[in-house]
Amino acid sequence: MKSPSLTVALFIPCYVDQFYPNVGVATLELLEKLGCKVCYPSGQTCCGQPLANAGYERDTMGATRHFIQLFSGYDYVVAPSGSCVLHVKEHSPTVPGLEKEQAALHGKIFELTEFITDILQVDQLVGKFPHRVGYHASCHGQRGLRLASSSELNQTPFNKARKLLENLEGLDWVELGRTDECCGFGGTFAVTEEALSIRMGKDRLEDHQAHQTEIITGGDMSCIMHLEGIATRNGQKMKFMHVAEILNQAIS
Amino acid sequence: MVSKEQIMSSRERILSAIAGVPSESKKLPEIPAFRLAGDLEELFATAIMGNKGEVLSKEEFEKWLPTMHFSKVISLSNHFKTHSTHELPEDPHELEDLGLAILEGQLGVAENGAIWMEDSNLGLRALPFITEHLAIVLDRNKLVETMHQGYDLIGNASSGFGLFIAGPSKTADIEQSLVIGAHGAKSLRVVLI
Amino acid sequence: MSHPANATEFLKDQAKAKWHDETLWFVRDKRDRISKTIPEWETLRELASQIKDHVLANLGSYLEDFERNALKNGIHIHWATDAEEHNQHVLRILQEKNCKAIVKSKSILTEECHLNPYLEKHGIEVVDTDLGERIVQFLNQPPSHIVLPAIHLKKGEISDLFHEKLQTEKGNHDPTYLTQAARIHLREKFLGAKVAITGVNFGIAETGEFVVCTNEGNADMGVHLADVHIACMGIEKILPRRKDLGVFLRLLARSATGQPITNYNSHFRSPARGKEIHIILVDNGRTAQLAREKFKNSLKCIRCGACMNTCPIYRRSGGFSYGSTVPGPIGSILSPGLDMKKHSTLPFASTLCGSCSDVCPVKINIHEQLYEWRQEITKTHGEFGKGLSMKLASGIFKSPLAYKISGSLMRSALKTLPDSLIYHPLNTWGKSRNLPETPKETFQQWYQKNRS
Repeated sequence: MKSPSLTVALFIPCYVDQFYPNVGVATLELLEKLGCKVCYPSGQTCCGQPLANAGYERDTMGATRHFIQLFSGYDYVVAPSGSCVLHVKEHSPTVPGLEKEQAALHGKIFELTEFITDILQVDQLVGKFPHRVGYHASCHGQRGLRLASSSELNQTPFNKARKLLENLEGLDWVELGRTDECCGFGGTFAVTEEALSIRMGKDRLEDHQAHQTEIITGGDMSCIMHLEGIATRNGQKMKFMHVAEILNQAIS
Repeated sequence: MVSKEQIMSSRERILSAIAGVPSESKKLPEIPAFRLAGDLEELFATAIMGNKGEVLSKEEFEKWLPTMHFSKVISLSNHFKTHSTHELPEDPHELEDLGLAILEGQLGVAENGAIWMEDSNLGLRALPFITEHLAIVLDRNKLVETMHQGYDLIGNASSGFGLFIAGPSKTADIEQSLVIGAHGAKSLRVVLI
Repeated sequence: MSHPANATEFLKDQAKAKWHDETLWFVRDKRDRISKTIPEWETLRELASQIKDHVLANLGSYLEDFERNALKNGIHIHWATDAEEHNQHVLRILQEKNCKAIVKSKSILTEECHLNPYLEKHGIEVVDTDLGERIVQFLNQPPSHIVLPAIHLKKGEISDLFHEKLQTEKGNHDPTYLTQAARIHLREKFLGAKVAITGVNFGIAETGEFVVCTNEGNADMGVHLADVHIACMGIEKILPRRKDLGVFLRLLARSATGQPITNYNSHFRSPARGKEIHIILVDNGRTAQLAREKFKNSLKCIRCGACMNTCPIYRRSGGFSYGSTVPGPIGSILSPGLDMKKHSTLPFASTLCGSCSDVCPVKINIHEQLYEWRQEITKTHGEFGKGLSMKLASGIFKSPLAYKISGSLMRSALKTLPDSLIYHPLNTWGKSRNLPETPKETFQQWYQKNRS
């Protein structure tokens, strides 16, 4: 494992900041445990993803400019969200006058698990988490950032989060019927196509339930928020944790 | 009614619309000779079975044939000349009550069981479709690995009609339940010689 | 037409929606398994993609090659700029042959051109001969899937329909029995038709031939018994070389239904003695799509339907929910090019999960084009309300202070508002989902206290 003396700037998505501060804390503590110097640049806003996915990418210029200015000075930018990282890298509009900074930033922004496996080059983590864990592969991380092989492709299977999780002592990895089907969150889709969104979420939960998942985890709290919202409404007893929370708890 | 001038102008309109689209040059890739490892005869037979056909030896076929009591058989295969009960008609509509057609295939593809046939093998183009049962006689030395080798062998031979046939007529349009014998032949037997 | 409303309706019959999802998932799973038996699968996809890109970059000259060679082979060529002209060509040929009844095998293009109602209006009987298409034709419905036209129907419904139309036994749901009844019914139509229409899967520029793939053999039954074969072909169906078929025939059926090849793959190069072949080359919006840089490669589509089978939305909302000839993900990037207003909700009928792009045998970046269509649609006629609220949100994102205020306002509102208001039916999120519990502090607040 590499131990970079470089500074990692935390990019905490707005809804994580507001609703899941513990995920932010876990991300920060985990990176510190792995030997990183971590800071949280203040003044962070939403990256603009909900707007862009709704068809208003052109209106995210301000958010994007702000993002570049805020994060350009750091060696790495790491976020506990595949979705927001994908947005910044692929869907934020090119900001006139900041093209160079923007391109450089796209080369050094990472989702948490890919940062740990690819940049810190951690092969496995030593720790203990005696639970039966089902993994929800959020699509933007999975097929957007290629954090895991996708079931559609003929490729050697891999999963960066699984690599970190599966060696934890006592962790029982759940093999699902459909390993990487979308949960139906989809940003504004969750409300504009409400009936479908709920049906898709219920189907994912049924798959986990049928395979005796105790804790559903994932790299994106947006999908988890949606799944947890349906599960709690229907009295399903599963627990929900971000990957960062499991790892941080396991290796302490 | 559309006049000749309008037809011409539609052609010109479409082609000039295409010409008006700026396009960067994109290279036409060469196709590598993808291979298939394994025993070709075995792979071919497995593929035909998967397509709901059957591969037989000459002896097995000759044993099967009399059990069916076909009243109308047309064979265009030199190996089974004597089995014909009728001559090939002029009009394919007369094939409507054909029980069995025995035809020769030119080559078979091991990866998927597809057998190449051309006008010269078919007599009438409708023949392998309208017949109730179909048998194709194929030289076991004419098996190739994949479709790529298949097309290499066919080259640009200029038959008016050519066909890769891989199994009997089938459908799964009712609740995805597989049914053999939709419109065309209800069975395919491939006789390897 | 609105996709959300149609999807909501479809989902009301929960058992049937579940069946629909599972049936199509089964097809996708078959496709996954067979694709993994081909070590060069991803290379084949890349080759197919490059060949199609090359064709689109040289479409004009390939069409001219194709036409020249086809004419040399004795095939008649007609060009149609739009659906209307396509239909006129067909009708004219039928009138010249004094033909009052035709058989037609599956052709999404003729669906797109609404050929059936046009011909029927002119007194021609059209019989769709693909079993699934015949079923939906009896019901006066369009196909709900481009490869599995009747996938929205259960065998009980088909049994009732055949009892009424083909006098099959009432209550006999056996697919073999029902298929046999259709065979007898359609055989009579095949034998009686003087003109047969087919679609085209591939047209080969260097030979002037075209290829039609079926499992039922219905295309061939039609054309080889008829005197005249009319093949309706979109101008994007061209491949440069015969050997390119090796790549595409390896991909097509495996992607479509998980089978190694369709059972009948017919190569039509010249008519049999005394017969005629006509090809109608149709534009109908294709050159316009070609001119849209971001969307042109949607024309690479080979109509395998894999993106429908994999789409979690399509599987749970059915083909009719899209209200377009080609439904599902590929339909949602093709249709707005034909009528953006009518199809404005389609690019939003997706979570942008990307599964469609990963199954596509010609590597169309479908989910990225869905995203790009959203950007176009909001420019031209965004719903006013949505546009406005998003603009307000944009202002908030730009200002950290405003974001903080509205954020904590939102959080305290969640804490203090009664559940009845949060979970009001008008609050769509809360209709069937709980909201997360509101933490006592944000991460920013925690960080300031603990780390700075």
